[in-house]
Amino acid sequence: MYMFKYVLKRIGLMVMTFSIIFVVCFVLIKLLPVDTTSVGVGEDATKLLTQLKARGYDRPIMEQFGLYLRRIVLDGDFGVGVSMPEYRGQNVWDVFIEKLPPTILINIYSSLFAVPLGIALGIFAALKKNKWQDHVISTAVMVFISVPSFVYASLLLYTVCFKFDLLPLKMASLAEANNNYFSWTMFKSMIPAVLAMSFGSIAGYARGTRAELTEVLTSEFMLLARTKGLTKSMATIRHALRNAMVPIFPSIVGEFIGVLSGSLVIEKIFTIPGVGGLYLTAINSMDYDFYMMLSGFYLLVSLVAALVIDLSYGFIDPRIRMGAR
Amino acid sequence: MRAQDYKISSEKFVFRATNDNLHDTKLETKPLTYFQDALRRFAKNKASVVAAIIIGILLLFALLAPFLTPFSVAYEDNSYAFVLPKNPIFYNLGIPFWDGGQEKEVNQLAYDQYRAIQQELRRKVIMSDVEAREETYMGKTKTLYSFRLDTYNAVGVKYVELTDAQYKALQAYQDANNVQVILPITEFKRRPEAEQDKNNANIWYRTKLGAGRKTEIVFDKNGNFIPIYEKDTGDGRDQYTSKMYWEGDTKQYNYAEKKQNSWMVRVDYREYYIYQHAVADDGITEPLFLFGTNNAGKDVFTCLASGTRFSLFLAFIVASVNLFVGAIYGAIEGYYGGKVDIIMERIVELLSSVPFMIVITLLKYHFNVSHVLILFIAFFLTGWTGMAARTRMQFYRFKNQEYVLVARTLGARDFRIMFKHIFPNAIGTLITGSVLVIPGVIFSETSLSYLGIISLSTGNLTSLGTMLATGQNYLFTYPHMLLFPSLFISLLMLSFNLFGNGLRDAFNPSLRGTEE
Repeated sequence: MYMFKYVLKRIGLMVMTFSIIFVVCFVLIKLLPVDTTSVGVGEDATKLLTQLKARGYDRPIMEQFGLYLRRIVLDGDFGVGVSMPEYRGQNVWDVFIEKLPPTILINIYSSLFAVPLGIALGIFAALKKNKWQDHVISTAVMVFISVPSFVYASLLLYTVCFKFDLLPLKMASLAEANNNYFSWTMFKSMIPAVLAMSFGSIAGYARGTRAELTEVLTSEFMLLARTKGLTKSMATIRHALRNAMVPIFPSIVGEFIGVLSGSLVIEKIFTIPGVGGLYLTAINSMDYDFYMMLSGFYLLVSLVAALVIDLSYGFIDPRIRMGAR
Repeated sequence: MRAQDYKISSEKFVFRATNDNLHDTKLETKPLTYFQDALRRFAKNKASVVAAIIIGILLLFALLAPFLTPFSVAYEDNSYAFVLPKNPIFYNLGIPFWDGGQEKEVNQLAYDQYRAIQQELRRKVIMSDVEAREETYMGKTKTLYSFRLDTYNAVGVKYVELTDAQYKALQAYQDANNVQVILPITEFKRRPEAEQDKNNANIWYRTKLGAGRKTEIVFDKNGNFIPIYEKDTGDGRDQYTSKMYWEGDTKQYNYAEKKQNSWMVRVDYREYYIYQHAVADDGITEPLFLFGTNNAGKDVFTCLASGTRFSLFLAFIVASVNLFVGAIYGAIEGYYGGKVDIIMERIVELLSSVPFMIVITLLKYHFNVSHVLILFIAFFLTGWTGMAARTRMQFYRFKNQEYVLVARTLGARDFRIMFKHIFPNAIGTLITGSVLVIPGVIFSETSLSYLGIISLSTGNLTSLGTMLATGQNYLFTYPHMLLFPSLFISLLMLSFNLFGNGLRDAFNPSLRGTEE
């Protein structure tokens, strides 16, 4: 019950934070003039303006916000595209849904690849502490954590995809892959991005696991476990790993929520038709409805991820009592 | 037992060491202050020391490079765009690496064109042996030539338009220095008709319009190029008075073409470049770019130094401002606690959960100021919260300790207790935090310029991210544009992280003695 109340309180606070930022963002974006200059020849600017007017773009901002919320709640309508030629007049939500699969897929693949590998490397390094295997892994981890992802993404693109021609240069379009996101062509074309994306997380998990596990391995209950007759591997798996996972597991949960948002840089380098690219074009061409919806989306994902990470500590480790003084 | 049984006569007592002063022996070791101890333990961490040295070298490079190179960020020369990195040592030794050369595989026409430049200017354009191979593609067989191309000499000849005075000055320069800059002009009606070659000054030989409106070279029966230099009819209409004649001939050809108010001249671009910069007296003696040039012909080396300087400068300022504001905010929060803390903590939470992207885009569109300022404001708006949290934590830990109570009892005011007694405890973590902010700022700045959200390439300003973003567009053709900034930023981030980690361990007193 105590826990339940705490969770409710946290969710309430999160909703409050979200609303404040969202409203401020809405007001600030509506203060800017609507850009119709990008409407090209042959496209009717007046038609667009009429459409915008019908949606209430010339009313006071708070009234607009009311209308915006009502449309979202009643019709699931997040507005229409204005400034980006290829999405002009299209429903924002539909475009977003269409862009979501590549982003999610790449993130899921990279998480599936990175989490086990990172943890395995971390365990290996911890068990071989201060031997050469540990030094090699720790150095590599340091390099991959520090070096920005676009550097090794470019390196990957240049060597593997271009020089040796092992993998395709850009992600296959849906048509090339027979309208199937799970076909081999699609998967193969995603590999470079998945690899580039997972290096950083592998390094992160390896570092975290190693640090935790080395600490746990030297604690007294491990000595007890050995004294009562468990073999070293059994003691490690049964007792050390479980305890070491306490801080690691929440970040895994966070990563799987974060798969929705993806990485703008990686999407740009590998020209992935995902949400990140959409967000970037929306920013650069100042498309309000797209910008609002995607900003809200990113905000929500980051807030929820942070909340879940925080709460999951309490759920997986009964020793941690959340909200206790 | 009675006392008198043990009576000892006073003679039995002897004064010991009557002349010595009795005192404690002096401490042999010097007391270590917190910082001395941190320094001592930092010095033991070899990786961090190496990282600190690398940071020092990079800083020196960023600060001193403008004095080592005559180029500036504003410098650009389109003709020498995309030339490759060239180190004179490797070039003079003829080692096919870092010599401004590029491995090329081209078709017959391009190969002949490079050969023609080489023949006209008598300067090595093709640096290695040529290998030819046949390739059949869609039923057609063509020959491909692969060789190492000197990207500097391949620039060859350019048309330039000179005013009367400039034309005269260039002729005088030729005579004075004994170098031929001006080459004979080609016959107007024999110049290539193909659109893409009309302004190509390198074509000094006869061509014809081939299939697909492409230029085709016409050879004589021995397979040589046929020159199309304009013959001098003796009317002096090129007003060429210089003693220098091409190929030792005594004025057989015309050397300029009269335009409306100017002269159109074919110049040997390398010599013309040297001449131009000798006149401008800007210290540039020849086209030589250690790290090559980018798409606009800017010197990568100079841009790199300038970009690093900018990135570091921004990062240092952001880190110090964050430290200052965060420390004061966190101190107030942590010291007063209660309601003040709850309200201030809410504000921090709100600010820190705004995605950085939203902050920067809104700032960008609302304030029409330079992107540097926007970047700085954005970093500041969201950056200091981390520092505040650290300071707050330390204040919570120390504010109820006895020595604080003593200070308060003695009548110290809040401000004094906060900054004289409690704050020094937080200095270690704050310094570490500030150092680790630096790579974070550099990384964010780089990503933002890379994504094109902010643009920092105006006038004499460039940043590592801008260079990376430009380099990305030419990844497959000119990887050197991306290679150097990438290497540099990787080194920078790596050494700052290692340095920061070393500092963190050194400033953490609980790790004392664990490393032995």
